[in-house]
Amino acid sequence: MIDLIKDLFGKIGSPVNLMEVCGTHTTAIFKHGIKALLPEGLKLLSGPGCPVCVTPIKDIDKVIAISMRNDVILATFGDMIRVPGGEKSLSKAKAEGADIRIIYSPLDCLDIGKENKDKKVVFFSAGFETTAPSVAATIFEADRLGVDNFYVYSAHKLVPPALEALLQSGNAMIDGFMLPGHVCTIIGNRPYEFIPAKYSKPCVITGFGAEDILAGIAMLLKQAIDGRAAVEIQYRSVVRVDGNQRAKDFINEYFGVCSSYWRGIGLIDNSGLRLSEKRRHRDAERVFDIDVIDYPEPSGCQCGLVLQGIKIPPECPLFGKSCTPERPVGACMVSSEGSCAAYYKYRQ
Amino acid sequence: MCFAVPARVVKINNLIATIDAHGARKDISLLLLSEEVKMGDYVLVHAGFAIQKVDEDAAKDALNLLREIAEAIE
Repeated sequence: MIDLIKDLFGKIGSPVNLMEVCGTHTTAIFKHGIKALLPEGLKLLSGPGCPVCVTPIKDIDKVIAISMRNDVILATFGDMIRVPGGEKSLSKAKAEGADIRIIYSPLDCLDIGKENKDKKVVFFSAGFETTAPSVAATIFEADRLGVDNFYVYSAHKLVPPALEALLQSGNAMIDGFMLPGHVCTIIGNRPYEFIPAKYSKPCVITGFGAEDILAGIAMLLKQAIDGRAAVEIQYRSVVRVDGNQRAKDFINEYFGVCSSYWRGIGLIDNSGLRLSEKRRHRDAERVFDIDVIDYPEPSGCQCGLVLQGIKIPPECPLFGKSCTPERPVGACMVSSEGSCAAYYKYRQ
Repeated sequence: MCFAVPARVVKINNLIATIDAHGARKDISLLLLSEEVKMGDYVLVHAGFAIQKVDEDAAKDALNLLREIAEAIE
């Protein structure tokens, strides 16, 4: 496969920058040592597809404030608890006495809710289209089972609007996109069709094995050689053109689209999900109505530029010095899927 | 965070399936699937839910496509 990539790249004859949008791809690319196999001039840039990395400081701080209430049990996925907020992280709040649980599935919250009827169980939910249907289905189950003390704090984000913002800004030099296989399992091809249509950039929805990633790169190069741009599917075992209709219906029923702030990048129109009006009684942000101080991004932190493929992590002055996985300053160093954490772990 | 793994369905009880992933058994929800799932099928699992049925034949199409690309540039 690598010979095929070298042959294809040789036919193009000029540098090519491809963006892997998804943090799970970033991790896999480093784990399999793929960058070292590629010919010089063929570059992979990490994109904004790490939910932990793009969750704003303000959301972290609001959730910490909610978690400090005596009547709350806060549940979240493991990666979220070490993300630095304005003053502290959820893990620090936990050490100070907040009841914070790390869960594997949002459904786990319903068991916690049934066992703790005198408490409010708040799920701090970050993630893209892959995760939103699971959260929606958990609300459906909470309604069905009568778990009335279950709430969701939604920091959910949508991938296509972020790519549109990236392309509109024109700051990143990207020749093609390796699209996130599991987000596309839910939403399919169509939400990305603006990329080839408006920006003439090839796109390939790619799986997560080493062979999948190399195949995705080969398919992107082939489009470039043929002078065409389309959304193609490499990850055919699970990605259908229309995605998973039932999962999309769950998102549409339980969430509404809103503008959303991406940490390090800024406000992007129609790029977030909040609970729909009909479910507002389960929306922790509205129920608890907490306001917190605005904190700026940490001084010197380049996460925003890294998330847009404009800089690579070693170009940040804090990288490996004041910012390490043990003592992260920026969110890209916290998440195992963050570009900075991957560069640090696999640095030469 | 969009991590998901394929796993084999070994038991089905209404909308709950028991899966076997590398020897570990776990119950997951089938609420997000409209396609019928049978014992022995593989499903893609994310955060306690099956989010798609795995279609191995379709995966072979992708390999054929790659073969065509390789032949075309020779």
